[in-house]
Amino acid sequence: MANVLVVAELLEGKARKTTLCAVTAAKQIAEGTGGSFDILSIGEGAGAAAEELAGYGAGKVLKAEIAGGYTCEKYAATVAEAGKGYDVLVACASAYGKDLLPRVAAKLGAGVASDISEVHTDGGKLSYTRPMYAGNMFGTVEILTDKQVVTVRQSEFEPAASSGGASPSEDVAVQTDPAADKVEFLGVEVVKSERPDLGDADVVVSGGRALKSADNFTNVIEPLVDALGAAMGASRAACDAGYVAPELQVGQTGKVVAPKLYIAIGISGAIQHLAGMKGSKTIVAINKDKEAPIAQVADYFLVADLFDTVPALTEAVKKL
Amino acid sequence: MKILVSIKRVADPDNASKLKVSSDGTAVTSEGLEWKMNPFDDWSLEAALRLTENAAEKNARVGEVVLVSIGPNDEHTQRIIREGLAKGAERGILVEADEGNLDASVVSAILKAIVDKESPDLVVMGKQAADGDSNVAGTELAEKLGWPVINSAMKILTSDDGKTLEVKRELDTGVATVKVTGPAVITTSDRILQPDSVQNGVTPDGHQYAKLEVGGRYASLKGIMQAKKKPIDQMSLGDLGVDTAKSLNYKKFELPPARSGQTTFVEDVADLVDKLHNTAKVI
Ligand SMILES: Cc1cc2nc3c(=O)[nH]c(=O)nc-3n(C[C@H](O)[C@H](O)[C@H](O)COP(=O)(O)OP(=O)(O)OC[C@H]3O[C@@H](n4cnc5c(N)ncnc54)[C@H](O)[C@@H]3O)c2cc1C
Ligand SMILES: Nc1ncnc2c1ncn2[C@@H]1O[C@H](COP(=O)(O)O)[C@@H](O)[C@H]1O
Repeated sequence: MANVLVVAELLEGKARKTTLCAVTAAKQIAEGTGGSFDILSIGEGAGAAAEELAGYGAGKVLKAEIAGGYTCEKYAATVAEAGKGYDVLVACASAYGKDLLPRVAAKLGAGVASDISEVHTDGGKLSYTRPMYAGNMFGTVEILTDKQVVTVRQSEFEPAASSGGASPSEDVAVQTDPAADKVEFLGVEVVKSERPDLGDADVVVSGGRALKSADNFTNVIEPLVDALGAAMGASRAACDAGYVAPELQVGQTGKVVAPKLYIAIGISGAIQHLAGMKGSKTIVAINKDKEAPIAQVADYFLVADLFDTVPALTEAVKKL
Repeated sequence: MKILVSIKRVADPDNASKLKVSSDGTAVTSEGLEWKMNPFDDWSLEAALRLTENAAEKNARVGEVVLVSIGPNDEHTQRIIREGLAKGAERGILVEADEGNLDASVVSAILKAIVDKESPDLVVMGKQAADGDSNVAGTELAEKLGWPVINSAMKILTSDDGKTLEVKRELDTGVATVKVTGPAVITTSDRILQPDSVQNGVTPDGHQYAKLEVGGRYASLKGIMQAKKKPIDQMSLGDLGVDTAKSLNYKKFELPPARSGQTTFVEDVADLVDKLHNTAKVI
């Protein structure tokens, strides 16, 4: 029987979708082992977020209000203390989860299975499948320590749906950590976009080096993105060149997406890019070079110059 | 400034699609694949070299970079350490261990023992190893040391020899800026290869490094010659006296399922739209 604590991820006082993906994994673990799950709402606005998180069927929602910008040093001691009563701690393998949970795990002496794609509960015994080698291998791992720490791949766990009801909430004491005094949070530039999040969009349109400039992203890619109501992504080459912001990078070091439709425009399909999108249901490539490695995963391939084709595609999509 | 940089050897990541699983399913076989320096560690090494040099003068080292690799004591691990030495690091440490006995808990415990011996001002690491893709060891090391960790650093500025650093780090939703008091662990993002990613107070401000596309700098011929004479300390886990209990056990490996469909080459935009709308029904 495993009792599970979900560590919520808040952005500007609201739970990010990533939290609900972690809830889904927590439910699988709890149900498969006959245990239960709680949620820890932590950060600025934890109280308000706790109310929202009370509707997902957790035994209770713990809350720890911590003002100011996030650093893992500021949160880890509180999460570890709250986590003492649990067998498994779960968060999403977002930048936040990957930053915070290993610190918590080290405090608890727990092993970490990061970025898992599947939970197994055979005979009540937990193990996890996780992609490795840029998605070229799947390993199934068990955690040998008493406590287990897990981060989950957002694209592999549907966000939990609200189940109504209202879990009771409980304040937990905020713990201090000397390491927290070593990091001063100076600020954050949050990128706001009207578009869906890359992490949970149904359609993703990504551009690569072939776009050649930020202006071309604006003039050629964005109209298609918006015509499809899609999220915009990019290859590392496009991010590195400054055509788009780094958080749009899809791949081994960027975001992992698995939308219904992924359109790769002027992207060659390097192994590290494929790592971030080959779980997509339908993949379209638009590329001048029909030999480009993206063909290994593309369902539909249009061999063409993107500058001629993409505006025409945008117009055609608008007419549907 | 003294910096410790951890480097792991990994099966050639560009050919990871050629990996196989052993017949009993319990091990990954990388036969025929060359051992390479984990590319993420190559990037963090580049950051460490920039922090400890005057880039305006050729070969002007102003600090020390010590490399640590944990793995089999063989020609491959040694070659990878030499590669880092040839790029400019001062010395290397090879901690002999069977790869099957390593996970992030063990690696961070070993690195802590090395930090305790070496007392560096910073540890700069890859955010992940390209084989396990875990993103864990750096943060666990920091916690074990009681140090702060800055993950996914894209820009590092210091003007007091690394005692305090202003670091920009990548988030899912933007970029955060923090001020860190060392000693600290820093893991690096892709953007650490940008021409202006590091300012160390010695290299003239505004210096632009050459644009690096794939990995860190190449070794010069002179660097390769010098590396042959640089020391590599070899030690065993016993020498370090660390707890080597693993916290993870991989029971099974599998290749990913192949994508089911074949590639359909479409004629033109109209054909593509028709297929997406009527066949795949995704738009
Ligand atoms: C450790 C490591 C991690 C990495 N992580 C990532 C990652 O997370 N994500 C990622 O994307 N990459 C990653 N990379 C980089 C990756 O290896 C590739 O370098 C990168 O994906 C290439 O980007 P690209 O496809 O846009 O550019 P290119 O490879 O240069 O491809 C451009 C493509 O555009 C086509 N093209 C050119 N002009 C036109 C035109 N007018 N019309 C149509 N097509 C055209 C070309 O035929 C070509 O196929 C990583 C690399 C390393 C070493
Ligand atoms: N065997 C090893 N030897 C040296 N460094 C390692 C080793 N394993 C992991 N590391 C370091 O830890 C970082 C993160 O690895 P991981 O948590 O395994 O993804 C890597 O980028 C390396 O710098």
